[in-house]
Amino acid sequence: MQKLRLRYTKRGRLRFTSHRDIARTFERALRRAGVPMAYSQGFSPHPKVSWVGAAPTGVASEAEYVEVSVVERVDPEALKIALDQALPPGIDVVDIVQAHGGNLTERIDASEWRIELDGVEPERLAEAVSAFLAQERVEVERLTKNGKKIIDVRPAVVSALVEPRSSDAGHDEAGLSQPCGILMTVVRQVTPTVRPDDVLNALRVVADLVPPVPARAIRMAQGRLDDEGGLVDPLQQDRES
Amino acid sequence: MSVESVFPRLEPLLPRISKPVQYVGGELNATVKDWDAASVRWALMYPDAYEVGLPNQGVMILYEILNELPDVLAERTYAVWPDLEKLMREHGVPQFTVDAHRPLKAFDLMGISFATELGYTNMLTALDLAGIPIHAADRTEDDPIVVAGGHAAFNPEPIADFIDAAVLGDGEEAVLEITEIVKTWKAEGCPGGRDEVLTRLAETGGVYIPRFYDVEYLPDGRIQRVVPNRDRVPYRVFKRTTMDLDAWPYPKQPLVPLAESVHERMSVEIFRGCTRGCRFCQAGMITRPVRERSIEGIGAMVQRGLEATGFEEVGLLSLSSADHSEIAEITKGLADRYEGTNTGLSLPSTRVDAFNIDLANELSRNGRRSGLTFAPEGGSERMRRVINKMVSEEDLIRTVSAAFSNGWRQVKLYFMCGLPTEEDEDVLQIAEMAKNVIRAGRQASGRNDVRCTISIGGFVPKPHTPFQWAPQCDPDTVDDRLRKLREAVNADRSLGRNIGMRYHDGKPSLIEGLLSRGDRRVGKVIEAVWRDGGRFDGWTEHFSYDRWTTKAAEQLEPLGVDLAWFTTREREELEVLPWDHLDSGLDKEWLWADWQDALDEREQDDCRWTPCFDCGVCPAMGTDIEVGPTGRKLLPISPVGVGSPVKNPTLTP
Repeated sequence: MQKLRLRYTKRGRLRFTSHRDIARTFERALRRAGVPMAYSQGFSPHPKVSWVGAAPTGVASEAEYVEVSVVERVDPEALKIALDQALPPGIDVVDIVQAHGGNLTERIDASEWRIELDGVEPERLAEAVSAFLAQERVEVERLTKNGKKIIDVRPAVVSALVEPRSSDAGHDEAGLSQPCGILMTVVRQVTPTVRPDDVLNALRVVADLVPPVPARAIRMAQGRLDDEGGLVDPLQQDRES
Repeated sequence: MSVESVFPRLEPLLPRISKPVQYVGGELNATVKDWDAASVRWALMYPDAYEVGLPNQGVMILYEILNELPDVLAERTYAVWPDLEKLMREHGVPQFTVDAHRPLKAFDLMGISFATELGYTNMLTALDLAGIPIHAADRTEDDPIVVAGGHAAFNPEPIADFIDAAVLGDGEEAVLEITEIVKTWKAEGCPGGRDEVLTRLAETGGVYIPRFYDVEYLPDGRIQRVVPNRDRVPYRVFKRTTMDLDAWPYPKQPLVPLAESVHERMSVEIFRGCTRGCRFCQAGMITRPVRERSIEGIGAMVQRGLEATGFEEVGLLSLSSADHSEIAEITKGLADRYEGTNTGLSLPSTRVDAFNIDLANELSRNGRRSGLTFAPEGGSERMRRVINKMVSEEDLIRTVSAAFSNGWRQVKLYFMCGLPTEEDEDVLQIAEMAKNVIRAGRQASGRNDVRCTISIGGFVPKPHTPFQWAPQCDPDTVDDRLRKLREAVNADRSLGRNIGMRYHDGKPSLIEGLLSRGDRRVGKVIEAVWRDGGRFDGWTEHFSYDRWTTKAAEQLEPLGVDLAWFTTREREELEVLPWDHLDSGLDKEWLWADWQDALDEREQDDCRWTPCFDCGVCPAMGTDIEVGPTGRKLLPISPVGVGSPVKNPTLTP
């Protein structure tokens, strides 16, 4: 049995898929690609695929992780190509390594998010972010299956920076420049999870910031926090061994 | 004139609604073609939610056949849920296709597949959202030609005001013929406008154009006659029959959605048509004769489909799959071929008398062991004679005993309530049958935890069946019988606790009955219900019986008829039925004789195994039964992959 670790993306309209949608799509792609999958034993065998977290529905990602186990040894590069071809455009396999022990989940304790707020001036966004960072607690409400839940967003946010206004910002239909505030934030994985939505809600709570259209969030990276607040590539260790 | 995608306008709405993935398209094997390079463009609609509509085989087949033509384009659209409908209206986003998100109004043709009449209000929503006038009479050359198909198209009279055309029967060849006619007419510069192209379609004899027929009524509300109101239009419109299924191996590239759908499997239609002759079954009556796909054709479709989709389950579809003349060879051949690849097989419709335990074992060899499902339909022997579903309780008990002793733990049984001549006693027999299943299961398995689920649907008399004259049972009687049945099931707790019972109340069935056997006057009811907010009538949480009865009273009573007149009234032999000018091939006199046989509790054999009984279809349609056995074998494919039905030499040598 060989175990492989993959990084894949969830781009464009694929961001509207749920984790279950991704899992089904992935398993079917493995079959179409002719990957010699290992199956669990028992009454209802299922392919050995382990998911490491998952970006929420509606959120795009450049850095999702999954492990697959195969019963015949395969060349990781060949698997990457075959699987990428079988997956729909938008779910792209961008990195693959052969696993060398360890636990992938333990190598991930934070995510870096890019949140794009169309129609929000970068300066206005920066003010809101400063106000947020100045607080010790920022509580938001989230609707869950079991009713409303209060989450303190502030402790999970390691850093939050607003990108300066760039000259080639988006244009609206009339060709006029549309403001777009871009927030880069590193958020620690805590329980309960703090999602990009919660960060946006926190900006509304502290600074009354309400984007005119729904914001778009993209997970840019996942990994372990280093001393400078950056993220360590979780596949690094396998690559080095 | 190119057409812009509405996606940029739709996208900002998606985070605000439930399950946005159903509107983004991007299915595996979907086709997006260049708009300007196409000379004829079809939008195909299944008028229900995406999760129900996407796996529909009819739409998938036509989609692929049309897109295979170099200068034809076909895209799909589904009913949008009320949350998105509301936002689309607020933001002026029109009904769109999921393939390239093009607005419906830009297409030449809109084909709508009606598996059930309960999709009628959803059609009106889609037309209205698209900016297409809901009344066919108000459409211009800028609007698509709206064509209805599917089983409900065998009586399209209730939607006659809303559609431009209807096609009865198999669509494979019909869509090609329609495409050709529209292409020629467009190439000629659209001479004579919309009227002319519709007349050309009518001239084929196989496309029904409701507006070219006038309906005259008798003073008592019955139909006097239905006649063409112009030249070049036939008196009767015939149904289409595709022969030689092996020549039509579609879908070759089944669609696989990103979203979850109601059928998570790859389907292969192993035969079309059924001559078992169940009298309630419209599908069995209107799809005659039986046409089998060959064992080799099936084997090729399965392999190709698995390679194209990656599904873990193959469904062998038909109206009664265990009746295929080579079903044992097919299931064994497939189970052998896919051993070790985790590929399951299922037969969604199986008759208990055609089923045996070898078949069950082959089905579960490489995949999950699902429950067994059978449909005795009638609780008592007498009832089953009336409906001509001749399966005996002994057959059922023998089969489930064998299944339970082979490791199965659950069996599901389907029944109907409200059948013609039914008494309380017939329905109460369902409880006895379920209890006998539990007793037999316990004995065969040596365990107490076996389960039997009985699922009961309300019977709706359908056009082109022997029961087309029958009075529909009123909902109060149906509900009362179901209540008594529940009491009977629960009377003996030691058995009853292992019996599950699932049913709906009888009210939706009555409305389905109105829509099934209605005539053009019912269109006013559909429109009024839709204007009042009626949507997704097939969904309990959206269906409103009160709205339907209120609107039916309001719209029909001024015309001297009512809901009961269309549903619970028994028709006479010589009454002109709204669909008499639509030819399913079935001889009306034979249908009447079969109805009389039903009342006399006389059964009718299957013409595959006994002489022809003159239902009329084959001579009228120039068709014949096409069944095996061929005696051929399913060749193993060597080698299939390991852990996958596909072998990839770049990964494993």
